[in-house]
Amino acid sequence: MNRLEINLWAAFRGHPVATIGLVGVTFFILLAIFGPLIAPQNPYDQTRLDILDGLLPPMSKLGDGTFSLMGTDALGRDILSAVIYGLRISLFVAFMAVFFGTVIGVTLGLIAALRRGWIETIIMRAVDLKISFPGVLLALMLLAVFGSGVDKIIYALIIGTWASKARLVRAVALSEMKKEYMDFARIAGLSQFHIMMRFLLPNSIAPVLVVLPMSISGAIGAEATLSFLGVGVPITEPSLGLLIANGNDYLLSGKWWISIFPGLVLVAMVLCINVVADRFRDYTNPFLQGKA
Amino acid sequence: MLSFTLRRLGQSSVLVLIMSVLVFFCMYIVTDPVAVLASDDFTEEDRIALASELGVDRPILVQYFQFTSNILHGDFGTSFVYNKPVLPLILERLPATLEVAILAITIGLCAGVPMGIYSGLNRRKKITKAISFITTIGYSIPNFWQALLLIIVFAVWLRILPASGRGDTTFLFGIGWSFFNLDGLRHMLLPAVNLAIYKICMQTRLARSGTQEVMFQDYITFARAKGLPRQRIIRRHLLRNILIPIVTITGLELGGLIAFSTVTETVFSWPGIGKLLIDSIHHADRPVVVAYLILITLMFVIINFIVDMAYAVLDPRIRHT
Repeated sequence: MNRLEINLWAAFRGHPVATIGLVGVTFFILLAIFGPLIAPQNPYDQTRLDILDGLLPPMSKLGDGTFSLMGTDALGRDILSAVIYGLRISLFVAFMAVFFGTVIGVTLGLIAALRRGWIETIIMRAVDLKISFPGVLLALMLLAVFGSGVDKIIYALIIGTWASKARLVRAVALSEMKKEYMDFARIAGLSQFHIMMRFLLPNSIAPVLVVLPMSISGAIGAEATLSFLGVGVPITEPSLGLLIANGNDYLLSGKWWISIFPGLVLVAMVLCINVVADRFRDYTNPFLQGKA
Repeated sequence: MLSFTLRRLGQSSVLVLIMSVLVFFCMYIVTDPVAVLASDDFTEEDRIALASELGVDRPILVQYFQFTSNILHGDFGTSFVYNKPVLPLILERLPATLEVAILAITIGLCAGVPMGIYSGLNRRKKITKAISFITTIGYSIPNFWQALLLIIVFAVWLRILPASGRGDTTFLFGIGWSFFNLDGLRHMLLPAVNLAIYKICMQTRLARSGTQEVMFQDYITFARAKGLPRQRIIRRHLLRNILIPIVTITGLELGGLIAFSTVTETVFSWPGIGKLLIDSIHHADRPVVVAYLILITLMFVIINFIVDMAYAVLDPRIRHT
């Protein structure tokens, strides 16, 4: 597999679970983009919140006559609206982290394959160092040292993402380097940068693109975990993980909806992405073509 | 073998050195201990006196050597919050973390390996599809969310297991263990299951792919041709061969388990080192955080070293690359 050729129709035909996953992913992304237009209220507009609406169970009517599908939290905030806004933050953090982590990882992997020598040694040693450490723990350490915030958690997750991409790209790029067209490119006197961007990158990127959905669901889970522990996003911009943590205190007193609904949305989203990711992986694996 | 050991040992030392430099300089840039410790009515002279007492007025390289030499002497400083030396503070919480981790690994192996072997042997059966779906769900549900569900179901609805704390402990070798105590075991069950779910999914997948690979090997075909009973082939020929990667990954994942115990211990209020780390982060108790980071790094380096050495003993090809 050199070039990535995914025909969506062919990849998902005959795989109902994967198709549901794809529909789900599309739904969540659209919900995140158009969230403020859809949400019943702006959960962070203090003037709209009424403390008398606090801790209402699902399917209640709020003081201003609006209907609350998922109930309210202690401040009278509609859970559905909070979930939609939280979804935006969760997805934003995950996409940013995976995007920049991938750009950095792919660049370093290509440089390692192209330049070899001590540059490669340093890059790959750093990759080994990073990979021998669990991502969540590393992120926890960074956030412990530098403090929390949306930007900080993105940095922490970038540091968690780049290494595996660098390793993957380098492995593919090394085998590409041996091919004839690379010799021609060098003989033609093209600059190393030109070779890297025009020849090496397009021919080595496919395996990384295949694992991207998995990286994104991993980043969503990691961000939720860190925010749940209270070292992730700030209280003013709660992601799904922080919403779950906020409801945690009410769980034992039977007020389950505050953390159950954000959790269900989180799990549904991660599950949809993973199902789609599995399908992409199997579809692009030539050994599995026609099987399972 | 000796040259391999020395080279590998050299790599590990460089790694520890890099980590100590990173931790120290990050701390140096980010925090000012004088600002943390000084009260509001301190004059400029008081601050200078405090700085020289703490040794933070000296050149940064001198401070770094002081820092490393203290650590090598086992002195990780004193916790701001508990007002106790950090090292004993962490060590006395370590047994609680370890016993949950060991129980989780045991559950993971006992449940995951049989399910994986079954899936590998019966690829097209309904149960295999169900197992595969369940492992996908197990992978997809974040650890802390599983923990909350366990609490809701077993502690709030069914009321059969406690939701938090460690319960009674029995003293053995001067350390309290929950393992040897019925109340302790009851408290330990939910956190251990929580940590084990991910392990079960992982072991199932490992055992399944291992089984699928091994079953096509010539020696399995030969064992079949000899007319050996199926049970014996599975136990003697299949299990032994798939166990090697499973044991290796379990060893390597021990570190990941300790890392994830921060989450589990926080949700279940389990008094292990993971909860200590989170509490210390929230209380800005820097000495504890630094000591935890350094000890965990050391642990990882040692585990990786042991695994690499074990490989080199088992597989002579590795020694010469």
